[in-house]
Formats: sequence, structure tokens, C-alpha cells
Amino acid sequence: MTKDQCKQVVIDIITDIAPDEDLSALKPEVRLRDQLQLDSMDFLDIVMELRKRHGIEVPEADYIQLASLDSCAEYLTPKFTAAGK
Amino acid sequence: MKPARIVITGIGLTAPNGNSLAEFRQNLLNGVAGVERFEVRYMGDLLAGVCHYDPLKYQKKKEVRVGTRAGSISIYCAREALADSGVNFEAMPKDRVGIYIGCTEHGNVETENEIFNVSKFNYDTKFWSHYHNPRTVANNPAGETSLNLGITGPAYTIGAACAAGNMGLIHATQMLRLGEVDFAICGGVSESIHTFGIFAGFKSQNALATHEDPKKASRPFDKARNGIVISEGGGLYTLERLEDAQARGAKIYGEIAGYHVNSDASDYVLPNPTRQAECVRHAIARAGLTPAEIHIVNTHATATPLGDIQECEAIRAVFGEGCPDTYINNTKSFIGHAMGAAGALELAGNLPSFDDLIVHPTINVDDLDPQCALPGLVLNQPVKAKRVDAILNNSFGMLGINSTLIVKRFVA
Repeated sequence: MTKDQCKQVVIDIITDIAPDEDLSALKPEVRLRDQLQLDSMDFLDIVMELRKRHGIEVPEADYIQLASLDSCAEYLTPKFTAAGK
Repeated sequence: MKPARIVITGIGLTAPNGNSLAEFRQNLLNGVAGVERFEVRYMGDLLAGVCHYDPLKYQKKKEVRVGTRAGSISIYCAREALADSGVNFEAMPKDRVGIYIGCTEHGNVETENEIFNVSKFNYDTKFWSHYHNPRTVANNPAGETSLNLGITGPAYTIGAACAAGNMGLIHATQMLRLGEVDFAICGGVSESIHTFGIFAGFKSQNALATHEDPKKASRPFDKARNGIVISEGGGLYTLERLEDAQARGAKIYGEIAGYHVNSDASDYVLPNPTRQAECVRHAIARAGLTPAEIHIVNTHATATPLGDIQECEAIRAVFGEGCPDTYINNTKSFIGHAMGAAGALELAGNLPSFDDLIVHPTINVDDLDPQCALPGLVLNQPVKAKRVDAILNNSFGMLGINSTLIVKRFVA
């Protein structure tokens, strides 16, 4: 999986958990929280959906890695690759 | 000191046959039922009363996704009631507003959903939703309403089985009289059709209605009645002390005249006509009325073979033959049993009678059960009453909880 594909995985999840948000101009380097109305429960949703949809586990200590799309891609791409995706 | 007079100033509702009081009332007068076929998990195609309001009228998509159906119904009804009341809600101190919502049950839907969800993951509980607890706490419907409206006063539910709709109004009346709040949003809601457990439970009890025509399935007092049609819905009211309502020139639907709540203490599920009659008598006494001065009795009857007969026995004991101006009807014949919302919806459907003097009927009675024959029972067609000055609303529930609420015509 490429980093761009990884970002799209995260965007697909956010589309479902934050259906009122406009994601068309999301800046990958900016914190998601600074661009969208996301609270801590929403980030738990992202973690849950990564687990459900892709079998990817994100330990609590690593939640900070999900701050932006860029950091998501940096952190998650090796996990997807290790999982053979 | 006489207790403060409490009046109804706004009504918001969603029922299987209407999403506003005007639409609901029109369908009650036109004989339009709201029961339909409904897919229930594990059980297939059953009958239910389903509401078709627009959740996005007052909620964001995310609120609907994160919240519960009962919360969504509550928000819709509360917002509709506030709009109907004409109150300047923005200017109102939000810590002086109370939310009191009756529920038959809450949390079954969400728990069943989560068990179904983890079943797809070999019952591994790491897939259990982090929303489960806020969705299933008993105060959820009231809490979601407080969040949506920014109300910071007391907001909680009242668990009272199928007596709960009345209980919301009764509790709000008490809180207004105690001075705990200055404005109350109250009534009852139900999301019960989204839990298979309630259908399966009634089916195991041989108390689930069946009929080839869904609209004929709920038939209290008919000889061929064969059980309950389960429904969802909500009916919320705005209640105020009379002086406050008058000070702002509010429209007044009616005045809370009397109420009573008691318990059978006799069985888990079987009703007790002696206690029901006591409940009705105490409510009438508290209202300072006589049975003959009650002009509409809206029955609780759910179309179970025994329950209907027992309620009729209780009504016969109180009203007998000496109440020529008393009419008796039933709303569940149109919408099924809306559980926690039942009492609140059924009262709402009758309140317009103060203005039009028309009593909506009990429909689907093709062959009246002689044991349910009561003087004044309004069958299949509306009747025009000489006068409608007081409406008595019965709602009874499992574990033997009975509630009777009386609303009278407002006379300054």
C-alpha cells in the first residue's frame, strides 16, 4: 500500500464517522482536529474502523500518530505493508 | 396553599400515522392506521408501527449516527413542542428548564446491536463500541435532548413500563409545582421496534398480534383480537405554570387537573382491575371531579385477550351506567402500542376534542367482545360530543404500574 492509498483509507473512514464534514480540501500536513470537528470519541472510531476493516491495531500510546493525514500515512503504511496489504 | 395550576402550551410528536399533532389528529378522525410490515432481526417479517419523521430536521448526520433512535425521537419531539409553544427559547434561562421523558425500557436496542456486531468478529469484545455506555444509560433520550438544545437543568428519564408516557407529564407537573424548574419538556418516547427481544418476548407470551392486513392488526375490544402491535414513537409537551404561560400570552391546550400512580403488587405481567379502578378513582378525586364529569376516557387496552377485559372491568366499576356524557375510546387501534410513548401520544390525539368536540373512535372492531362492551364506547366512527371538558388518559405497565392523568379544558 502506498502512502497516498493509506491516506485514502483514513479519509474513507472519516467520511463515515463525520458525515457532515466537507473533506474535499483537507490539508494532509495539518492536524485533523484543526480542520474538522473531531473529538476523542471520533478518534476512537478511527482506531475501531482500522481494526474492523483492515485488522490494523493502534495501541493507545500511538494515538498521537493519527494527528494528521501525513502522520497517519507515515505510521500506518508500514503496518499495512507488514499485514501484506 | 393550593398547588400551582399547570398548563400544556406545546405539543411535538411523531406517531406511526403522523409527524405533527394536526396530521395525527386528522388520521385519527379519518380512520387511518399506521401499522406496516417490518423486518425484525432473527424473526423476519412482522408487524409494527414505524415513524417516518425526518431526523435531519433537527440533528446533524453525526448526531444521528452516534446517538440512539430514542434520542433522535426525543430531539424531534422536543424541538417540535418548543416551536409549537411559541416560547422565546433563546432568551430562556436554560438551567430552569427540565426534561422528563418516560420510557418503557432503554438500552436493549443498542445492546442487541453490539452483540450482533461482535458476532461478526467471533464475539471478540475488542470490537464492542465505545459508544455503548452513553447509548445505553437509562437517561440517554433526555440527555441527548439536553445536548441538542443546550438545556442545563435536570434532564432524565422515568422508567415506568407502558405507564411511562403519563408519568413524564405527571413528574413534570410535580417539579413545576415544587419550583424545581420554570419550564418543562415532558412526555414519553419509544424505540422498542428496533429490539428483537420485545417482539420475541411478546411472541413467547402469545401476545404478539398477527393479521394479513397490517392496518387491521391492532384491534382492542374486538372478539378476534390476538395481541399487541409494537410501535415506536414519541410525544413531548411543554408544561408551564399558568401565570408564566399567561404572562407571555401562550396558547393553552388544557390544564393538568389530576393524576394518580399506583402499583398492583400482584403479578409480573397480569393486570389487576381492582388497582386500576383505584388509580382512576384517585385521579378523578384529585381533579375535584366526579366520573360523570369525565367526557373522554382514553383506554390503555393493548388488544390482548385478557388485558382488555380487565381494563373494561375497571372502567365499568368506576363509570358504570351513570355517566351518559362519557365517551370511551382507544388510540392503539390506529398506531399499535407505542410503549413509553403510548400515554403521551394517546393524550395528544384527544386534546383537540376540547376545540372540535369530536371523539375519535376505536377502529378495527368488527365484532365487539361482549366482555368489552361499555356504555359510551366509540366504535369505528367518530362521534360529536355535547361537551368535552375533561379527558382521562389511562396507561398501565408491566410489574403492575398504573398511571391515570386527567386534563381539563382551560378556563381562566
